[in-house]
Amino acid sequence: MRTINAADITQNIKEMCIEANHFLANDMDRAMKTALAQEKAPLGRQILGQLQDNLKIAGEDMIPICQDTGMAVIFMEIGQDVHIEGGLLEDAVNEGVRRGYTEGYLRKSVVSDPLIRENTGDNTPAVIHYEMAAGDRLKITVAPKGFGSENMSRVFMLKPADGIEGVKNSILTAVKDAGPNACPPMVVGVGIGGTFEKCALLAKKALTRPVDQHSAVPYVKELEEEMLNRINQTGIGPGGLGGTTTALAVNINTYPTHIAGLPVAVNICCHVNRHVTREI
Amino acid sequence: MERHIQTPLARDEVKELHAGDYVYLTGTIYTARDAAHKRIQEALDKGGSLPIPLENNVIYYMGPSPAREGRPIGSAGPTTASRMDKYTPGLLDLGLTGMIGKGRRSAAVKEAIVRNGAVYFAAVGGAGALLSKSIIRSEVVAYDDLGTEAVRRLEVRDLPVIVVIDCEGRDLYETAVREYCTE
Ligand code: SF4
Repeated sequence: MRTINAADITQNIKEMCIEANHFLANDMDRAMKTALAQEKAPLGRQILGQLQDNLKIAGEDMIPICQDTGMAVIFMEIGQDVHIEGGLLEDAVNEGVRRGYTEGYLRKSVVSDPLIRENTGDNTPAVIHYEMAAGDRLKITVAPKGFGSENMSRVFMLKPADGIEGVKNSILTAVKDAGPNACPPMVVGVGIGGTFEKCALLAKKALTRPVDQHSAVPYVKELEEEMLNRINQTGIGPGGLGGTTTALAVNINTYPTHIAGLPVAVNICCHVNRHVTREI
Repeated sequence: MERHIQTPLARDEVKELHAGDYVYLTGTIYTARDAAHKRIQEALDKGGSLPIPLENNVIYYMGPSPAREGRPIGSAGPTTASRMDKYTPGLLDLGLTGMIGKGRRSAAVKEAIVRNGAVYFAAVGGAGALLSKSIIRSEVVAYDDLGTEAVRRLEVRDLPVIVVIDCEGRDLYETAVREYCTE
C-alpha cells in the first residue's frame, strides 16, 4: 500500500492544466511541422505557418494556444495498492482544475446546468474517468477538450452486417460534416465495439494516444492508415479552406461487443489536441 | 489577393472583397458570441436599444481567455459561427456589414449576406495566441456578467482574416475543398 496525498494530486492537476493549454505534446508538435512541410495548397501552407507562429507565441508569452481552453477531461488510472489521504479524490481533482484555470489565466467555459447555463466561474467540474490498474502508482492524464470539435463528434449504432465498410463510412461522414467547424487539421479518435457509452469513451481515450503511435492490432493499424489517407483526400484542408492536410492522425481503439451490435464513436479533435500525462 | 482595410466597414468597400482574399483589418470591431447574441435578440424583440452600433460594423465571434497583467487581452481566436446563424439574418438586415468566425454558415445567412451586401470572414481557428497580437485595446461594453461572453469593443491592427463568403454569395469552403478533393 502506498499513500498519496490529495494535495499532491491537486498541485499536479493544476500544473498539467496550465501546461496542456500552452504547450503541445512532442508528438503533436512534430505532426504539425510535418504537415507544414507536406501541405500542397498555398493557403493551407500559410495557415499551417500561422499555427507554427501561434505555438511559438503561446509558449514564449504564456498565452493559451487557443482561447477555448476546454472542458477539463481527466483520466485517472489508479493502482490497486494506492491509498489516498487528505480528502476525496474527486474534490482534489476539481480543486486542481479550479486553481489551474484561475491562476493560469485560462478561460472558464463551463456552465453549471446544460439548460439554465450559468457559468461556474472556475471551469469546474471536470469530466473524470476512473480506471483501476495494477501497482501502487497514480497515472493522471489531463486532456482539455474544445467544443468546436467536440460538437462535431458522433456515435453510430451500426449493425454487424454493416461491417468494416460501415465503420469507414461512419468515420468519413463525421469528418466531412465536421469540415471547417472543427478547426482542421484534426485528430480523429475512434472507438469501435463495447456498448453505447463504452465506444464513446474508447474514442475519447484514443485522442490521448500519441499521434505517431499506431494500434498494436494489425488490422486496426491498417484501418488507421487507410482512413488517414482517405480523410486527406477529401480536400477539406487546413482551416477547411482547401488542401491535402485534413487530419494529422486517426487513432482507433476497439473492445469486444454484443452479438447484435457494432457501435462506432468518432470523437473529433482539432489540431489543439491537448494531453499531458504524469505518474505520481 | 492581399488587402488592408479599415473598420467600421462600408458597403462599397465590401463590394471589392472576393472569396479567397487575404485581408488585414484595422480599426474598431465588436465581439459577441452565443449568450450575447441571445440577449441582443431579446432586446430587439422587446424593442429595446442595442449595446453596440450595427450599421457598417463587424462582429467577431470570440470569447477571449483572461488577459495577463499589462496585456489588452488573452488568447483571442474565432468560435464556430453556425451557432449564431439563427440570429444573424436579423442583424445583417439592421446594417451589420461583416462577421469574423470559423466554419460553415446556413443558407439563410448566405442569402442575408447577399441581400445586404455583407461579408463573412474566417480567422484561423486555434490561432488565438497569434491573433491576440493584433488586438491593441479591449473594453467590455455590455453584459459584463457574461464573463468571456460579454460584448467587447476591440481596437485591432492588421488582424489577419480570409474572405470566405463574399457579397455575391461565393463560398470559399465549397470551392477550395473541391479543388483539392481527390476522392
Ligand atoms: S475546435 Fe479546437 S482549435 Fe478550434 S476553437 Fe475549439 S479548441 Fe480551439
